[in-house]
Amino acid sequence: MEISTTEYKRCDVVEANGRVDSNTAPQLEEALKSITDSGKFKIVLDMSGVTFMSSKGWWVLIDTQKTCKRYKRGELVLVNVREEIQSSLNLVGMGSYFKIFTDLTSAVGSF
Amino acid sequence: MKTVILPAEYKSLEKISKFVVHAAREAGFNNQKVYEVELAVDEACCNIIDHAYGGEGRGDMRCSVEVGEGKLKVTLEDQGRPFDPTLVPEPLVNVPLSRLRKRGAGVFLMRKVMDELHYESSPENGNVLVLVKRK
Repeated sequence: MEISTTEYKRCDVVEANGRVDSNTAPQLEEALKSITDSGKFKIVLDMSGVTFMSSKGWWVLIDTQKTCKRYKRGELVLVNVREEIQSSLNLVGMGSYFKIFTDLTSAVGSF
Repeated sequence: MKTVILPAEYKSLEKISKFVVHAAREAGFNNQKVYEVELAVDEACCNIIDHAYGGEGRGDMRCSVEVGEGKLKVTLEDQGRPFDPTLVPEPLVNVPLSRLRKRGAGVFLMRKVMDELHYESSPENGNVLVLVKRK
């Protein structure tokens, strides 16, 4: 999996590519944690290149969302989520914990 | 029937995924159903690594696929401790974010997306989990 982070004025954008499973989820966790550890809590995760996400990956997102939303200091929003991934998130009732955008401009503009 | 045997490690997950995705396509499943099979098998293999073996690199996982009339049967076998995913309680969903707890989401999903789930454990055969998905 490849991950890159871009810092914008309003928020940070993390772009992930490939599979997010138990083998690769720690990489995503590290990328997101390095942002929240530096005191920034407004994050866009661009998932256009994510082909698969297991529950291990969802929990990375849920944990990050908990950290970001604490004290109402920010939020993790998702963009370009593959249909199959989104429906599996909805199936276990996790989709409701995230705002999901279909284009990056709107996602960044939401902050 | 086709079979693959891989070490019970997270690194093996991608290989097993490719193996079952290929079988699901052969069975004529649409993209959504192919993805659901991939997801269920990934969750089942993680349970084998995390719960049956209690960690990576402690044994093998054997995955067999059988394409039948309008259905796909996936059998997963391991020699770890008995772990019956069909007995894991359903997680709390649609609760406030702060009350969301980790346990059970993968198994819950596995049950939701597959049409059948059978588990058996014996000293001779170890753990045998059969997942069936219909077209």
